[in-house]
Amino acid sequence: MKFTGKAWKFGADIDTDAIIPARYLNTSDPKELAQHCMEDADPKFAQKVSPGDVIVADKNFGCGSSREHAPIAIKAAGVSCVIAASFARIFYRNAFNMGLPILESEEAAADVVTGEQLEIDLATGIIVNKSRNLTYKAQPVPPFMQELVAGGGLIPYVMKRLSD
Amino acid sequence: MGMTITEKILAAHAGLDKVEPGELIEVSVDFSLANDITAPIAIERFRQAGAEKIYDVARIALVPDHFVPNKDIESAAQCQLLREFALEHELPHYYEVGRMGIEHALLPEQGLVLPGDVVVGADSHTCTYGGLGAFATGVGSTDLAAVMITGRTWFRVPASIKFIFQGNLRPWVTGKDLILYTIGQIGVDGARYRAMEFTGPVIAQLSMDQRLTMANMAIEAGAKNGIIAPDECTRAFVEERAQRSYKFYQSDADAQYEQVITYNVSEIEPQVALPPSPANSQPVSSLDEIPIDQVVIGSCTNGRIEDLRLAAQLLKSRRVAPRVRCLIIPATQAIYRQAMDEGLFTIFLEAEAAISTPTCGPCLGGHMGILAAGERAVATTNRNFVGRMGHPESEVYLASPAVAAASAVLGRIASPEEL
Repeated sequence: MKFTGKAWKFGADIDTDAIIPARYLNTSDPKELAQHCMEDADPKFAQKVSPGDVIVADKNFGCGSSREHAPIAIKAAGVSCVIAASFARIFYRNAFNMGLPILESEEAAADVVTGEQLEIDLATGIIVNKSRNLTYKAQPVPPFMQELVAGGGLIPYVMKRLSD
Repeated sequence: MGMTITEKILAAHAGLDKVEPGELIEVSVDFSLANDITAPIAIERFRQAGAEKIYDVARIALVPDHFVPNKDIESAAQCQLLREFALEHELPHYYEVGRMGIEHALLPEQGLVLPGDVVVGADSHTCTYGGLGAFATGVGSTDLAAVMITGRTWFRVPASIKFIFQGNLRPWVTGKDLILYTIGQIGVDGARYRAMEFTGPVIAQLSMDQRLTMANMAIEAGAKNGIIAPDECTRAFVEERAQRSYKFYQSDADAQYEQVITYNVSEIEPQVALPPSPANSQPVSSLDEIPIDQVVIGSCTNGRIEDLRLAAQLLKSRRVAPRVRCLIIPATQAIYRQAMDEGLFTIFLEAEAAISTPTCGPCLGGHMGILAAGERAVATTNRNFVGRMGHPESEVYLASPAVAAASAVLGRIASPEEL
């Protein structure tokens, strides 16, 4: 699986309240959540982001609450992938369960700036910064997890396996 | 080579003699839970997967606690979904307003989560039950849906960090101060993916309420779980409440730890974590004059009876500062009743504090005490992230009930010593 998109850079310890503030948790409708994605980190993000764009962040992305609304909001906002130096553990699990691919790369997190074009290959874990012709490495996403992402998350993946 | 308490509980639930950090295991789950924010998605996934039955209806609790009493029409619809699901599946542990409490205070109180259990909850503060000597961790709604169907889940066995608390507690220093201090030392990702094991003579002397407070905030250091070995204090707490059998596990003397960190609590004074991170903890005496608009005493972190008694001790015969709103939120109906019976409500009312029905409400910026732009609160809650209690330009300072009560009286962040 490959994605190409523009990078949006965020700092360290972006918590789930910044990703989707609790004041919007009276719904789990992806479209509504998407309108407030990253609102307390960058109030205009939901208006600026284009389909396929990539969030790049420093360490401990997604810390805080267990709300699955966080990866739902990011995915529904059109973000194709999140790259961070590291992820908080509940968010990591939730992201794959929602079919939102995420990659850990300290190199990319340290170097990429907002606006750069990135090309990401989940199978190899190679991230190409097309704006500056640089390459960063991340752990490849294993085939079964690529399938999980392609299928839209854990539940569709499990259902497909049951019906096969 | 021995095992830690976390490894022993996980091994027992995986049907293995031994597990090691990094190992991927599948475990049986003793108890699971979700609330009015996370259960609607879990229920949707449960139905989407075509499931018809919960693996064991006696082993799940659904607790509407975040946006209740219903704060708006959308929240009411989310609670309605929970209620209808609970009725459809005849769930014995569904707690309606008037019977409910904040989930992480309610479940230990009701004896539903016990020492030696594996507990997963669709709420990050599920780690609270580590205070009872259980392995308890937060998961997302989809993972919870899978547990509802199968009664099982998978984990990577976490490495453990051992914290040894030695010395003598100074006046007004509580479990809340110890955990804020610890997070301040190691950072918000200092225990990421790890088990935090709290040990030492100081922990052995802590009451159950304070142990639950400490385990509650393990997630704030990124931990998978926080845990305290069960002892006589634990036994006294659970034996009158337990509705099923339980087991005490202890770490072996030769258990392996990734790190061992010792703190001398004699050097720790009451702590305040400055916004926007629980790791920004500072000794209260080091702070300049910081005027406040609101105080919140409650939450799954500090809404238990001992917390209310501590606040009452300081508010007795005093008044909340004229420009400050002081909100007191007993965490469960039983705590509410007990506080009333003990006369604490008279003290709070005479101090001109407001007393609320149990709710998570303001802690996550839901309702019942939202901050306007520029407003500042001292709260006994667990997170002070940007916008956590309301407007993104409002601020939350985390502290113990003692510091919160003293601050309410003085109208600025204050040490109880100042009263």
